[in-house]
Amino acid sequence: MIPTVEQVREMLATKAASLTVEREQLLAVANFLKTEPQLQFDFCSCVTAVDYIKQDCIEVVYHLYSVALKHGPLALKVRAPRALEQCRVPSLTPVWRGCEFQEREAFDLFGVKFDGHPDLRRILMWDEFVDHPMRKDYVPPMDYEWEPTPHGETLARAKAQGGVVPASVLEAKK
Amino acid sequence: MSATGIIETQTLEVSLGPQHPSTHGVFRMDVVLDGERVVKLKPVMGYLHRNHEQLAEKMAWLGSMPYTDRLDYFCSMTNNWAYALAVEKLAGIKVPERAEYIRVIMAELTRLLNHSCAVGFLFSDCGAWFTPILYALRERERILDFFETVSGARMMCNYMRFGGVRVDLNDESLTMARDLVVRWPAFLDEFEKLLLANEVFLARTQRVGILPRELAINASISGPMARASGVEYDIRKVDKYGVYDRFDFRVPVGEKGDTFDRFMIRILEMRESVKILEQALRNIPAGPFIAPEVKLRNFRVPAGDGYGRIEAPKGELGFYLVSEGGAKPYRYHVRPPSFINLTVLEDMCLGHKVADAVIILGSVDIVLGEVDR
Repeated sequence: MIPTVEQVREMLATKAASLTVEREQLLAVANFLKTEPQLQFDFCSCVTAVDYIKQDCIEVVYHLYSVALKHGPLALKVRAPRALEQCRVPSLTPVWRGCEFQEREAFDLFGVKFDGHPDLRRILMWDEFVDHPMRKDYVPPMDYEWEPTPHGETLARAKAQGGVVPASVLEAKK
Repeated sequence: MSATGIIETQTLEVSLGPQHPSTHGVFRMDVVLDGERVVKLKPVMGYLHRNHEQLAEKMAWLGSMPYTDRLDYFCSMTNNWAYALAVEKLAGIKVPERAEYIRVIMAELTRLLNHSCAVGFLFSDCGAWFTPILYALRERERILDFFETVSGARMMCNYMRFGGVRVDLNDESLTMARDLVVRWPAFLDEFEKLLLANEVFLARTQRVGILPRELAINASISGPMARASGVEYDIRKVDKYGVYDRFDFRVPVGEKGDTFDRFMIRILEMRESVKILEQALRNIPAGPFIAPEVKLRNFRVPAGDGYGRIEAPKGELGFYLVSEGGAKPYRYHVRPPSFINLTVLEDMCLGHKVADAVIILGSVDIVLGEVDR
């Protein structure tokens, strides 16, 4: 549901103005916020994701400001399931160009796929990297020598230790 | 030669960087060239990535304060302030007046050293190898000496705390700061002459790398780069954080948005910073330098999320924090200005020569510690 101008104005008067929308409506709401003459959120300052592992969802947060009317911020939030295949959100890069690199970063570190993004690649991690390190259940490798392409002795050791985490560590955790 | 008499040429793909002096750090540009003209440019970053955000999420709230120094390692003071401001906003901490003045003094000195070095490095990019930057570094050294006297460290100051600053400014250091500020306009005059009286320099920067106003806003460009394109937006004026509403200063705005404007804006901003510093050093009140009720140990922030931002020398530096009421942040996100300012690098470079791409990159003023985090 697209909010009215009055509703957004009321939100802006509160301390932490935030607006949570469904994924299907994200683009429509973003376009409304940007083009409505009384709101004019023309500046998308900050894009990031938060991994709420207990609620089993990833929340993408856009912080919007208006350069023309000098108000903000309004946090535009949208939630997606954590499972990698379903973790998809429509991209807002066509609306605000400034989302381009930041959405790539959220994809890289959280695994959120932005549908409609012109160039969705990893940006901070290298291309061969397989996981998404900012997720709360990410387990860092015990030995960075194994990344990105283990071979020779290192691969043999990695296999002997049972993949990313050595079996002895897993035993100790039990 | 083809039948039409035009020499058929192939495009050439060149990887500029990561080891290249003019890329200001380990930064790479994948450039496709048609002769000498850039037809495609893709920035590649992440060489300095250390997952700063994840490190901070595993530490106590205060624990990541020294790490923020390493974001934009030229401007540790403003990084500290942005983080402290975001936490204070979330926790509802009121900062004493003297601390606010000290913060303003530190932030504006940081702006002076950042902008003077940015302009100095531009000359290096143009080929005037290291003589002009030496003048900038000479002046920067005086500010670093001041930072060392106050905080104990030249670059990694780790100076701000939630609710104030770590140590007070005594009379001796205030005198030192006043001397610095008095000397600065003379240096600026000298430096501005280097910019304006050089025919070669003007030819290489004017009408190069134009960034239109609409694109600047749409691509979330902030700081001097946006203002050079005519976006009249300064967070010090808009948010009025700290005590910035008490100072009389102007926000210089460019007209063309070319590389020359981006550097001229920095010179003009330094003049405004000197004005702010004069007022702050004159009017600094007595009183506590840190809010006494803020605990250093076992510091906790009420549950909730918040976004705090300041006008750092390179643009809008913001922190998005989510707290669950615990001793650590649940989510800690940095909005680095120079990372986002790189979004339009390709748009600015298309059609220019490869040598211009280097100057245009210099005019974005990036620091890779912040771009890669």
